[in-house]
Amino acid sequence: MIKSYFEILRPGINTTLQDEGRANVYHIGVPFSGAMDKRNYLISNSILGNNVNTLSLEFAYQGPLLKLKTGKVCASITGDVIFNIIRKNSKIEKGECYKSFILNSDEQIDIISTNRSVYGYLSVKDGFQGDIFWGSSSVHTKSEIGPNNGKKFSLNEKLYLNKSQQNFVSKKIKYQNSKIEFIRVIKATNFDYFSDEAINNFFNKEFYVTKLTDRMGMRLEGPKIENNCETNIKSEGLVKGVIQIPADGNPIIMLSDHGTIGGYPKIAVVVSADLDRLAQTTPGSKIKFKLIELPEAERLFKLYNFETENIINNLI
Amino acid sequence: MIKNITNLGDSAIYCDFGKEVNKQINSNVIKYFKNIKEKKINGVINLTPSYNKLIISFDLSKINFKEIRDIILNLKIKDFESDKGKTVNIPVCVNDNFSLDLKRLSEKLNINFDSILEIFFKKKYFCYMTGFVAGMPFLGDIDQKIRLKRLETPRVKVPKGSIGITEQFCNIYTYETPGGWNIIGNTPVKIFDKFNEKNPTKINPGDQVSFFQINKSEYCKLNND
Repeated sequence: MIKSYFEILRPGINTTLQDEGRANVYHIGVPFSGAMDKRNYLISNSILGNNVNTLSLEFAYQGPLLKLKTGKVCASITGDVIFNIIRKNSKIEKGECYKSFILNSDEQIDIISTNRSVYGYLSVKDGFQGDIFWGSSSVHTKSEIGPNNGKKFSLNEKLYLNKSQQNFVSKKIKYQNSKIEFIRVIKATNFDYFSDEAINNFFNKEFYVTKLTDRMGMRLEGPKIENNCETNIKSEGLVKGVIQIPADGNPIIMLSDHGTIGGYPKIAVVVSADLDRLAQTTPGSKIKFKLIELPEAERLFKLYNFETENIINNLI
Repeated sequence: MIKNITNLGDSAIYCDFGKEVNKQINSNVIKYFKNIKEKKINGVINLTPSYNKLIISFDLSKINFKEIRDIILNLKIKDFESDKGKTVNIPVCVNDNFSLDLKRLSEKLNINFDSILEIFFKKKYFCYMTGFVAGMPFLGDIDQKIRLKRLETPRVKVPKGSIGITEQFCNIYTYETPGGWNIIGNTPVKIFDKFNEKNPTKINPGDQVSFFQINKSEYCKLNND
C-alpha cells in the first residue's frame, strides 16, 4: 500500500508538527515544546478518536495549503480558523472547525488564517508520521530536534500520515474559544526586586503584546517595570509561564520553546489554567495581570481540566 | 543542604542551595538532581540544575507543590560514583576569523593576545550546568586576570562552536544563537548529538574540561570527520 501524504503547496508562516511535548530534557538544554494551545490540540485529536499524544500539525496566522496524495483521510481543524476544502471538481467548501471531514485523493485543504488568534491545529485520524526524539515528535526549530529535520515545513515538502483504519464517522464538538479579561499570575522568586510603583504598574496598567512574540516567548510593552535591586541574577532554570524582567523593564513571558535557563529576575508566573489563552493572544492586543495565590491557581487548573474533559465528552 | 524551597508558579518547585557560585554548592545541586532523577517521582516532568538552584517542573494533574516538597524534604540523599565527573578534551582553533573578541579583551584588560591565551588554556574548567540551548556547557572559573563583562550590544548571531568567556565563566556555543560573551576561538567538535539519546551531551555537570589549541588545517580536518 502506498502511504498517504500531503503535498505542501504553501507552507504557511510557522507550520510545525507538535504533540504533547518532550519531558526529561531541560537539564540538557532542550525545551518542552509541544502544542502551544494544549486544549485545542487535544480537542482536534479527540474528535477523531485518536490516542493521547498523537502528532498534529500546528500553524500560526496564515496556515498551509495541502493536497492529499493517494488514499482518503478523516481530518479535523480546531482553533478559530478560516479554511476551505477544495474538492476534485474545484468546488470550494467552506471549512467548519470542531467537526471532522473526509478528504479524498487530490483534494486540498486551504488554511487561510487564524481569526483574532494565533494558533490552529490540523489533526488526521491516527496522526501524522514523525521521528521520535526523547519520547516526543514535537519540532523544536532552534535545536533542530524532531521530524522534518527539526524544521518548519517549506514548499513542496511531503507530510506523511500514519496508516489508518478506514472507519470514518463524522463527529462534531460544540466549543467556543473564549477570551480572557485577566492573565492570572502567582508571585515569582524575585518579586521583591521591584519597587512598589513597579508592582503597582504591573498589576494595574495594560501591556501590549509586541510582534517579537513566537513559540519561545511573548514580549510585552507598557509601563517600564523598574528594578530596584539587580537587573541580572545568576542564571537558573525557567518554566513555561515565567515572566522575566530584563534591564529595559519590558516583561518577557516564557512560552513552549523557551531557553531552559535565564538570568533575568522573575517577577511572576502565569498560572497553568491561563497558558492556552495567553498563547492565543495576538500582537497588538492588550493584556492585564491579576495576582492570585497558589491554592487558587491549583483550583483553577482543576476547573480547566474539568472543562476540557467536559468538552471532549460532549461529542455529537 | 537545600536552604529554601518555594513554588515557582503552580507547576514547579524552586530549590535554593545558596547565593554564591562555587563547586561545593553546585555539587550539592547535582547530587540532588541525580537522586531525584533516579527516584522517578510520578508526575515530575523536568529537572533543571543550575549553579546554585534546582527547579523541578511537574504535571499539576498528577502531583502538587506540597506533595512534591514533602517527598524532597524526606529524600535520603546518597552519593553517586559518577559524581566525580570525567575530563573532556576540547580542541580550539584561535585565528582572526574565529577569535572575534580577542582584540577587545586585549584592549580592555590591557594584556597581549598571547598572554590571554596562555592564561585561558592553562586551566581546567568545571562544568556547572548545561542549558539555555541544547548542550551548552557553563564552565568555570577562569583566571581573575581575563575576566570581562559581556559585550555592551550582544551579537544577533554567535557562530556555532564559538568559545566564549565572561566574568568568571566560559562556555561553548553549541548552536548559532544570539549571545554577548567574548569570543576567543572555535571548536570543530560536536558538543550536542540529538541522535545519541542516552548521551547527547559531550560535557555534563560535574565534568572537567581541558581546552587545547589546534591550527586551521587540524580544525578543517576535524570538522570534516
